[in-house]
Amino acid sequence: MRRKIPDKEIQACALFGVMDRSGRRFGGDIAITAIKNMKVRGNGLGGGFAVYGIYPEYKNYYALHIMFQNASREAKAEVEDFLQDNFDVVNAEEIPTNPEANVIDPPLFWRYFVAPQKKGEEKKLSDDDYVVKKVMYINTCIEDAFVFSSGKDMGVFKGVGFPEDIADFFMLDELYKGYIWTAHSRFPTNTPGWWGGAHPFCILDWTVVHNGEISSYGTNRRFLEMYGYYCTLFTDTEVIAYAVDLLMRRQRLPIEIVAEIFASPMWDQVDHMDEKKKNLCMALRMVYAPLLINGPFTIVVAHHGEMFGLTDRIRLRPITAGEKGDLLFVSSEEAAIRAVCEPDRVWTPHGGEPVIGRLNSREGELNEV
Amino acid sequence: MKFKTHLLPEFIVKRDEDRCTRCKVCVKQCPFGVHSYDEENDRIISREELCVGCQRCVVYCPENALIVEPYPGGYRPNEYWTGEYIRDIKKQSESGGVILTSTGAQRRLKIYWDHILLNASQVTNPSIDPLREPMELRTFLGRKPDALEIEYEGEDVKIKTELYPNLLIETPILFAGMSYGAISYNAFKSLAMAAKEFGTLFNTGEGGLPREMREEFKDCTIVQCASGRFGVDPEYLNSAAAIEIKIGQGAKPGIGGHLPGEKVSADISATRMIPEGTDALSPAPHHDIYSIEDLSMLIYALKEATNYEKPVCVKIAAVHNVAAIASGIVRAGADIVAIDGFRGGTGATPKIMREHVGIPVELALAAVDQRLREERIRHKCSIIVGGGIRCAADVAKAVALGADAVYIGTAALIALGCTMCQRCHTGKCAWGICTQDPKLSKRLNPKVGAQRLVNLLRGWSLELKDVLGGMGINAIESLRGNRDHLRGVGLEEWELEVLGIKGAGE
Amino acid sequence: MLPVVFRDAFLEGVRKIDELIEHASIEGDVAKIDASRLNHKEVNDLMRECVLKGAKKLILKNVCGQRYIGTRLHLPEGKKVEIEIYGTPGNDLGAFLDGHRIVLHGNAQDGVGNTMNDGEIVVEGRAGDVVAMAMRGGKIFIRDDVGYRTAIHMKQYMDKIPVLVVGGTSQDFLGEYMAGGMVILLGLTLEKLKHRAYYIGTGMHGGVIYLRGEVEKYQLGKEVGVVDMEEEDWKTLEKHVGEFSSYFGYDADEILAEKFMKLLPLTKRPYGRIYTY
Ligand code: SF4
Ligand code: SF4
Repeated sequence: MRRKIPDKEIQACALFGVMDRSGRRFGGDIAITAIKNMKVRGNGLGGGFAVYGIYPEYKNYYALHIMFQNASREAKAEVEDFLQDNFDVVNAEEIPTNPEANVIDPPLFWRYFVAPQKKGEEKKLSDDDYVVKKVMYINTCIEDAFVFSSGKDMGVFKGVGFPEDIADFFMLDELYKGYIWTAHSRFPTNTPGWWGGAHPFCILDWTVVHNGEISSYGTNRRFLEMYGYYCTLFTDTEVIAYAVDLLMRRQRLPIEIVAEIFASPMWDQVDHMDEKKKNLCMALRMVYAPLLINGPFTIVVAHHGEMFGLTDRIRLRPITAGEKGDLLFVSSEEAAIRAVCEPDRVWTPHGGEPVIGRLNSREGELNEV
Repeated sequence: MKFKTHLLPEFIVKRDEDRCTRCKVCVKQCPFGVHSYDEENDRIISREELCVGCQRCVVYCPENALIVEPYPGGYRPNEYWTGEYIRDIKKQSESGGVILTSTGAQRRLKIYWDHILLNASQVTNPSIDPLREPMELRTFLGRKPDALEIEYEGEDVKIKTELYPNLLIETPILFAGMSYGAISYNAFKSLAMAAKEFGTLFNTGEGGLPREMREEFKDCTIVQCASGRFGVDPEYLNSAAAIEIKIGQGAKPGIGGHLPGEKVSADISATRMIPEGTDALSPAPHHDIYSIEDLSMLIYALKEATNYEKPVCVKIAAVHNVAAIASGIVRAGADIVAIDGFRGGTGATPKIMREHVGIPVELALAAVDQRLREERIRHKCSIIVGGGIRCAADVAKAVALGADAVYIGTAALIALGCTMCQRCHTGKCAWGICTQDPKLSKRLNPKVGAQRLVNLLRGWSLELKDVLGGMGINAIESLRGNRDHLRGVGLEEWELEVLGIKGAGE
Repeated sequence: MLPVVFRDAFLEGVRKIDELIEHASIEGDVAKIDASRLNHKEVNDLMRECVLKGAKKLILKNVCGQRYIGTRLHLPEGKKVEIEIYGTPGNDLGAFLDGHRIVLHGNAQDGVGNTMNDGEIVVEGRAGDVVAMAMRGGKIFIRDDVGYRTAIHMKQYMDKIPVLVVGGTSQDFLGEYMAGGMVILLGLTLEKLKHRAYYIGTGMHGGVIYLRGEVEKYQLGKEVGVVDMEEEDWKTLEKHVGEFSSYFGYDADEILAEKFMKLLPLTKRPYGRIYTY
């Protein structure tokens, strides 16, 4: 038997994120137009969107978006049995799609709004951890089924094609309104052309879109394994998502600190910091160096109430931020922002310094050069 | 601090005193200052610790009085702490530097070419006599469309599909990128002249193309656009048959390089368009390429700058994920992918990079070809493979593994006189190849050099025809990717699998 | 399972020139192009067509993200044109530019003047990363700030000396590997005239950087040193800052009244001594 050491995905892309910091919900055309403007950054092998605030009527339920490869009825039956056993399923429906869209071989898409039904030992788990566990089970144990979105009042829509094709397929501009939209256009070089492999990557309501190829992938992945995260997709994005989950959700570190871990300042710079800052940076480096993300990356991470963009410490991948009124933008290119509005201002954050959008704040302004 | 060196000499110079007539040819020929004439005793003496074993003096000694051979003495034999490791440590303890060397990797690693055997026809289909029957080596390089749309207008047949620019060469062998700067003007010129005469292409490397050569050689030149962007301007790009973006090189994947200031003479400075005497630094990456979509951006920038008239080639070193990378390169818009193995030479590289980084090019080639076929994009690009192609058999095997053509660098230099002494980085090449010293470079006459190269191309092409004929094939295209004509010996299962070939007898 | 779909994002849907021509109007030697519905290649196809038809000035409206504007204009007869742009051009604005003049009323993205050969680019706004990378001649004026790795590996040869004037400040790695040419950074967008960039001039081995305002020693690369400004330097600055000011409505004297730092490489051969044979 051949040794099984799977290949990691190598890819690059375009990213876009927009948030209305007042919480106002808006349609998909901003994100769709913007990402389409950067078409040449992708190669049509993947596109996707994450949207927050789309299911207000079910906002207390986890919304599971599930794809069934080969339209597998068996997989669907098995998943539905599993959901009945482990959750209260308050609604189940096929995700509406446009059969005319320019996409190839789409799987079958369903969504389920559920509440945890914990039993026995599992009662000790928090709701979130319980959901993560069950999602992992479906993804690893039920063939042809893949949960690609599992947060409350939000959803991921993704697939193989240019992002505008994917938007058209899920009819995003007609059907959904949200207060955060992130979008991704892929240029993968070595991943299967399957719909689950597209971005954003999602765990609970945390989503990550990412551009670049991480040179420290092996180090990061093997460190995360010690905390119980097993990467099944072999993508950089997955690793970043788990790292975000570990640091921000489980260890409750704020993004300002997480940025110093992912993109820790150079020793040259640390050497010239004031004592307090220096000690903090040294301690973070000592403890979290295996989560230093080395090599080029830009990420846009979102969860309810917050969206942020971040690049690596020597800014090997581009990012431009912009704002107009309550809207905050992060984008691979400025023209994409200008394709959707005339912003009040645009700026380029320093490498490793996050651009943060929070509900009812204008935090982004703090990050001006 | 000065101290006595602990290094042993690497070569010993044996002079037959009876034959030696004190003509002093060796004194003049040795650029490393080994020989000198001792007037008092009327004899030639040699400081062998300086000798690099380039054999120049031996070849030029009119009396055949000289033998230069590896120093017979040495440390206590030890399979682990070999003389080379001991020597390197001593060197570094005396200098504190990075060990610099040149040419390609020499370590004892499996040479896959030597474990692959070619096929021939017997009985079931006839072999073809290459001397009398037509035998075609002509090769197209570039992107091909999925299909040709043909329209009939009465008798007239019109091609509706817009074709991508392709290169046409007479033999599937090109000269690899070697810059003017790394090699002498005369060596550079020899390559250009030979390419022109034979109907193939030479590659400028990253040092620009001297202005006076542009008109004459524009149809047989591939100009390189490397991270240093030396001499790269719109005129340069437009005075070539194709453009190559050099991402990496087999002898030093992942690192840049530099042409030391002392080699940047007036002529070189004019070609590279930098001031005389400054180090010509080539950064490790292109700083406008940090990812695959950036590569796409440069590919199209070059196509824009040349009005979509020239194929763009992307050259990479054979590294771990080469298949995936190649696929990305094709998807990014490249018309040709060049893969360079670690046996490929260079004018200067840190030894650690030369010997320890990358993967064998035979495996890389097989993986890339296979991968592009699986993704159904093999026709969207041509593959050129290089890095240690030593003979026509290597060429045939490369083509059968899937290459459209090969690059030869070291072999071409050997044809010009190189003896693989691995001292290119000293700039004192005794054969006038890797040097900018006018006294040395004039040792190579471009006319003679070109003739030697043409002879080599001719010899190899004839041999290729022999091989093809033996297989019963009369067009090189029918060997391309035809792995059925290859068998492996002494290879393990996984190796056969990567190469996509059967074991001998299977 | 491997991807079997092949989509060429760049060339997909590019229309033929006769379908594009309606997006341009030529009057005398001025051509106006509405770029709002043109993709990257189409804009450049159309620009080239207009110039071949005799236009000496091109006015581009509604540009949004199209790359390589000006790159396709390496013209056999060496004709030079002026290009005026409204909107936000995409990356590689004026890459390999061959002597033309570009005026941009707006911001630029990454790669402005990449490997530019000659000509002039004036940006009435800011620009992204790697401005003037490997630039070898001509001038670039950016009114506001620039991103990372500005003027990386800029070079000069004989009297071909590229000049970049940035009105604002720059991010890290300004002048990395710089091998020639001149960078002038004016800091006009800064409140306290303290630049924040690190690794300024790292690996620099030719050319000169003038910084208005201050940087700390540790913000500089190991390969550069600060030297005193001399009479000659002020003259040079007067010329280029004067030109800068005339484009963007500044008062040159006021700008020049501040302290300037002059950075020069310590050696033409920064990495000569780390090797052994
Ligand atoms: S270095 Fe070359 S020329 Fe000099 S003695 Fe040795 S073999 Fe002869
Ligand atoms: S080119 Fe010259 S210096 Fe280099 S290995 Fe060959 S003979 Fe030696």
